[in-house]
Amino acid sequence: MENLVLSIRDVELVRGGRVLVSNIRLEAGPGDFIVLRGPSGSGKTTILRAIAGLDPFDRGIIAVADVRLEGRRTPDREALHRLRRNVGLVFQFHCLFEHMTALQNVCLAPVHVYRTPQESAERSARALLTQLGVDSRANAWPRELSGGEAQRVAIARALAVDPPVLLMDEPMASLDPSRRAELGALLQRLTAAGRTLLVTTHDETFAQQFATRILAIEGSTVREL
Amino acid sequence: MVRLVTIAALTWAGINVSAQPSTFRWAGDPEGGAPFVEADPADPTLVVGFDVDIAELIARGLGREPQFLAVAFASIDQSVARGDAEIGLSGVEDTPARRAAYAVTIPYYQFREVLSVRSGDAGQFRTLADLRGRRVGTLGGTVAYEILLDAERQQGIVAVSYEDDVHPYSDLLIGRLDAVLLDNVLAERRSRTTPGFVTHPDPVAVSHYVGVLAPGNRELRDRIDGLLRQAMRDGRLEAIFRKWKIWNADQPQLFARVLEGAPIPPVAGYGEDRSYGSESIATMSKWHATRRYLPAFARAALVTLILSCGAMLAAVGLGIGIATGRLYGHRVTRAALAGYVELIRGTPLLLQLFVLYYGIAEAIRLPAFVAALLGLALNYAAYESEIYRSALLAVPIGQLEASKTLGFSEFQTLRLIRGPQAFRVALAPMTNDFVALLKDSSLVSVLTVVELTTQTRIFATNLGSWVVPGILCAALYLAMSLPLAAIARRLERRWRI
Repeated sequence: MENLVLSIRDVELVRGGRVLVSNIRLEAGPGDFIVLRGPSGSGKTTILRAIAGLDPFDRGIIAVADVRLEGRRTPDREALHRLRRNVGLVFQFHCLFEHMTALQNVCLAPVHVYRTPQESAERSARALLTQLGVDSRANAWPRELSGGEAQRVAIARALAVDPPVLLMDEPMASLDPSRRAELGALLQRLTAAGRTLLVTTHDETFAQQFATRILAIEGSTVREL
Repeated sequence: MVRLVTIAALTWAGINVSAQPSTFRWAGDPEGGAPFVEADPADPTLVVGFDVDIAELIARGLGREPQFLAVAFASIDQSVARGDAEIGLSGVEDTPARRAAYAVTIPYYQFREVLSVRSGDAGQFRTLADLRGRRVGTLGGTVAYEILLDAERQQGIVAVSYEDDVHPYSDLLIGRLDAVLLDNVLAERRSRTTPGFVTHPDPVAVSHYVGVLAPGNRELRDRIDGLLRQAMRDGRLEAIFRKWKIWNADQPQLFARVLEGAPIPPVAGYGEDRSYGSESIATMSKWHATRRYLPAFARAALVTLILSCGAMLAAVGLGIGIATGRLYGHRVTRAALAGYVELIRGTPLLLQLFVLYYGIAEAIRLPAFVAALLGLALNYAAYESEIYRSALLAVPIGQLEASKTLGFSEFQTLRLIRGPQAFRVALAPMTNDFVALLKDSSLVSVLTVVELTTQTRIFATNLGSWVVPGILCAALYLAMSLPLAAIARRLERRWRI
């Protein structure tokens, strides 16, 4: 595949002495909207966390852009830094910084990690919040946001550092059907702009409707449908 | 010799001492040491001293058994007033305040307030007037301290109050003080064990030791006066003083004046031209006395506030350092910091203050205020660090993982995300600790720092009552702590997360 941005080769995840998932293989390029399906506890979240460098994996190779992670090897600080420039993760429970407003949540990483001037970061953050339809909630605290609003702010925060790969863990979990359709359309716009999305969900309809590719965890293996 | 019984022991044992008319309960401070009252080196459950012998003399005269009650020197008056004991005898001084507020016996021993200076300064410092701008120490709440406070106003010396009569002399020798003013009995006792200072023989003032009884106990006081007069006449009192090597030429003169019924002023020889001591706080109206003490209270409250704020600021800084070191540091750092926290939490603050001020004085001579501030800061830092450590651990892991995925370094995460969130969690226990620190700061009086509680004690001793000083002290502490609690509550509301 040309312009490969995410490559997973023969990755195996072992948790508590049990092989959770093995022989995971995936190659993804810009614009791919990949849905990873599987029952609860099958390892969907664990796969995302391994790609984001939050959890170790036991075998194989994960490559994101020019960053290569190997099983059972702790990546160095420099590799992790580059990885995080290339991968964004939206958590199932959003994990917005509770002591900051929505706007501050979105600006924080550009200003402090990537040294973007505050004014410019704020401008970009407002543009992102507008694009995601939550610009009116810019000054709200996370506790004041609804589930859907919090999720959009979390997406904006992940996109603020402009990662080519965006991972999303169960984004449909707290949304009603109309909101799911809205989110699907939003994610399609992101992939249309060249971003690669890997989204975990139980929702088969959503997967059929919006994804360009679907992976399913069956037993302890991952199969592309 | 008399069996030592503490108030606590009596209370716990449930013994109703007032139901035993065959005993004569008397209060004294065994920490005062020889020759007054001290634990018998041969049997520490017994006390010995000239006051012990006098108590026995009185008890026998009353046909009762003496029973000793250990009471801190500064609390003897109050203990007697509330009926813990019938009389206080422990080098209790004859003062205008005491005469006005209690039933006081006839003076039974005359002492001189004498000035001790380092041997090398003997020619330079002979009187209080020679000590302008110099630090002169003594035991707080005594005639000597009142004289020094007066000399501070009149002659520009710096009066320093101690909680015991040992450290003034050790501080004199290491240069923290330039002179000590205390009873000749205490000065002579100290000179026998501590060389390096001389005591000028000319007294700064003359006063006496008396027995103190509750104000309503004048009938018993009169009987005791009769027994003491009899002992002066028949030589038994002289024998006691000779036994304890404190008999001198002053005593026959005192005995003669007492026996002929001559008026004896409580304090003589100091500031008589200005009628010093004639106007006692105890004889003033409470309102007048309070107004007189208000500036001193304000100063003491300021000392408490500065000390507490300074110590808390330092404790917060150190506490944050210790907490982060314990969470992020190397194994050795973590072990060392954990050891520090356990050491500080496992030992009394009072001991730590003593070590800082007196224990390391040979190596580092910290000024009293600095030692107090440092002692409180080091102690509270250990407790604060545990609050911050638990608050940091309470920040949800999701917050930390979110910060990781956004590329923040560990230090940035601590500074921008974990720290601010932990601070909100720690705010309530921190406020609690600050209020506790405001009150714990009273312990620094052992380092000669006169803060609010010490000032209250001085006022209460001179007034002969704790009611007005206690209310004033409580009001000032509340005036300091309530706004703080209000600010903390407002911040908690604002930062509700």
